[in-house]
Amino acid sequence: MSLLSFLLGERKNTAGIAKERLQIILAHERGDSGRSVNYLPALQKELIAVISKYVKVRPEDIRIQLERKENLEVLKVKIELPDPARP
Amino acid sequence: MIHKEANLNQALIKDKQCDNLFVLAASQTRDKDALTQEGVERVLKELGEMGFEYIVCDSPAGIETGALMAMHFADSALIVTNPEVSSVRDSDRILGMLGSKTKRAIEGLEPIKEHLLITRYNPNRVAGGQMLSLEDIQEILRTPLIGVIPESEKVLDASNQGVPAVHLKDTDVSEAYKDVVARFLGEERPMRFVDAEKQGFFKRLFGGR
Repeated sequence: MSLLSFLLGERKNTAGIAKERLQIILAHERGDSGRSVNYLPALQKELIAVISKYVKVRPEDIRIQLERKENLEVLKVKIELPDPARP
Repeated sequence: MIHKEANLNQALIKDKQCDNLFVLAASQTRDKDALTQEGVERVLKELGEMGFEYIVCDSPAGIETGALMAMHFADSALIVTNPEVSSVRDSDRILGMLGSKTKRAIEGLEPIKEHLLITRYNPNRVAGGQMLSLEDIQEILRTPLIGVIPESEKVLDASNQGVPAVHLKDTDVSEAYKDVVARFLGEERPMRFVDAEKQGFFKRLFGGR
């Protein structure tokens, strides 16, 4: 296999790795300009507390995500309600 | 100039190959931090009064005060990047500064016109998945592309001799730089030197790199 890839002149796709690394670095650096991300854990905690008053949810059923696209920020809160058939 | 020890006529050096091109060098003896915003503004204003149509400020590599000085009063910016992680990353930071720390940004004027120039581009390596593609870089930096300069050994030859790469007769590099200038002046030209050469099996086997 390695002989075949040598003969065909195949090389590892490093460009994909480069792009991925860049996206991670830049998402981090661009995010740092605001202080917005800091409140996420606290928000998650409080949401769990509030929702737990009404519905029985486990902490891991609540997911919070902050996404940035161009100059738009989207805060995604996903709450998975427990299966009523299975208490 | 900045310390008012010389006037512009004494400091400007005429280019050998281009009639209306003059070069104003940065001080080689003093620290580059000697530049002040007021000083740079004064020099730019005087140059404008002398009737220069375009004033090009070359920014030192890296993201320091020198770069901030060069970009502060800009109307347009050419961000030069090559297809490497570190370079694209720095360009992203410079783009951020252009949009927040420059005169136009601070005073809320029309934003600086940004152009992306990609140099040392090797379409064959892009085709092989070993180099970030134009599309990748543009997607990441979200800045309109003004040109692509192919990777070439000729550039070092030119640099060794002190000749600007645009004066390398009949080379792809020189043609690509001329395209960039034309596009900057508003002409529409298709991108050249961005597609991979078709390589045959034998060439890859015996002559390929």
